[in-house]
Amino acid sequence: MFSFCTDPSLLATPAWFACYLTTGKLMLFYASFGTVLLLLAITAPIALGFGFGAAAAARSRILPLSWFGKIYIAMVRGVPDIVFFLFFVIALDQGIEYLRHKIKCPDWDEPIRQGSDFIVCAAAKMPLSTAPQAWHEVYGFALAVLTFAIVFGAFAGNVLFGAMRAVPQAQLETAEAYGMTHRQTFWRILVPQMWIYALPGLSNLWMVLVKATPLLFLLGVEDIVYWAKELGGAKTARFTDYPHGDWRVWYFLGLLIFYLAFTRVSEIVLDRITARLTHGQATAAGEAQRKAAA
Amino acid sequence: MSCAEAFSSYALRSLGYGERLLPRSDFTLCEQVILIGSGMIWNVYFGVIALCLGFLLATAVAVGKASSKRWLRKPSEWFIFIFRGSPLFIQIFFAYALFTSLKGVSPVFDPFTSAALGALIVLLLNTAAYSGEIFYGALQSIPKGDIEAADAYGLTGLPRFRRIVWPTMLRLAWPAYTNEAIFLFHATTLVFFSGFPAWRQQGDALYYANYFADKTFNPFIAYPILAGYFILFTLIIVGIFGLVNARLNRHLPASRRSRVKYRPNLMR
Repeated sequence: MFSFCTDPSLLATPAWFACYLTTGKLMLFYASFGTVLLLLAITAPIALGFGFGAAAAARSRILPLSWFGKIYIAMVRGVPDIVFFLFFVIALDQGIEYLRHKIKCPDWDEPIRQGSDFIVCAAAKMPLSTAPQAWHEVYGFALAVLTFAIVFGAFAGNVLFGAMRAVPQAQLETAEAYGMTHRQTFWRILVPQMWIYALPGLSNLWMVLVKATPLLFLLGVEDIVYWAKELGGAKTARFTDYPHGDWRVWYFLGLLIFYLAFTRVSEIVLDRITARLTHGQATAAGEAQRKAAA
Repeated sequence: MSCAEAFSSYALRSLGYGERLLPRSDFTLCEQVILIGSGMIWNVYFGVIALCLGFLLATAVAVGKASSKRWLRKPSEWFIFIFRGSPLFIQIFFAYALFTSLKGVSPVFDPFTSAALGALIVLLLNTAAYSGEIFYGALQSIPKGDIEAADAYGLTGLPRFRRIVWPTMLRLAWPAYTNEAIFLFHATTLVFFSGFPAWRQQGDALYYANYFADKTFNPFIAYPILAGYFILFTLIIVGIFGLVNARLNRHLPASRRSRVKYRPNLMR
């Protein structure tokens, strides 16, 4: 990056670090922090949407819908989340290809599962094998986002379902006494009031989501963990751009500090949001706030 | 291969006994169930030992954080912040990288690069931090009257802690601690996925489930088996912790007892 980096005598001096830290590969490493933040920015609203849908479904009067919502919410209990991450990526991928196969190649007569192989026609591959590399990466990332959203949607559904039940029953009964329909009660009375009860759970969930991002690595996305392993390792030491030993410790230390800082910042921001939303609410915290001001 | 054969070859495969070679083709359901079950031995090993030793450390950390002495409080706060504020995944990666580079300094660190010891230490410290925070919260909410009564009876120092403060702390913290135990148990699946090598393919349940899913390219058999095992063990944990909870609450009238509620918002 810098012009003085072309001078080989620099290798033994501290100035070499300036060159090392600005090489193309290291830039990819920095960019992968962006990948993680992008994943968070996209996943959080989708997961919240899934969770909201699940909580609403679980409260539904239609029995099959209510079962579906409850089973989805209960899904994450009892089973490690990492299992879902590993499961959904393959399952979604195969599901999509299976559907495309059925639509695009109706006259294909061989079975799709042949022993240990999963074979679909070339036109059903996702993305097409002729597609540029960038699309493969986008597809992988999209699968990862969907997987995260499904798993965290279940967590969010749990929180929101609890929050909906925490809204005082008298409020809902009053709404019905005024002649509101079931739908009106839900949207006008229940939803606006449930957020303050959901907030502690949702802030916790955000922290959990932040801390789950390294699992991206398992889904085959080139994220920070991938680059830290790749760049820190000494396996290329012989032929290489970087004549250094095993530096993974330092890379992972960097990641550790990144996550600690990120958690701390999130904590501060979430505390402020809580304080603002609590303002004027008929809860113990709202009461405490009112007394402190007076 | 019949089920009985599969059992005798693979039941203790994760510990290195029985058939060396993992199945390579024509996977039967029996093989999958038995091999994944064999991997559960590791999950139970990590879970039980980390939880038992972590419990002792967590009590110390909680008392440290609640202490009025700065030199006790600050290290405890930092310990809890570091282990709760970063992903367990990264912690295990970091620990493995650290132990491998320390290995070059002195052969004393050799055993630490194996999952059985190195990963156990990380899990232990991690659960100690999470439980420490739970116990600290419980310490803060011990009824004032209990401690005043202890003072009135002339109990001080260690006897007061052992006979009044500690049992009440446990009683208040127990529902949350049950969840912590469940999630620690789930977290044990991360070990072989983050650096620590499965020596001679002796891995945990997820390692074998992933092996089958990779080989057959079919996630719909191996992962549900694994999920079944985990649900079973989660129920066992809930059962055991429920018994302890009943004992901790035995002096209270039924209406004031704290019930163990499942709250899955405590993941790493």
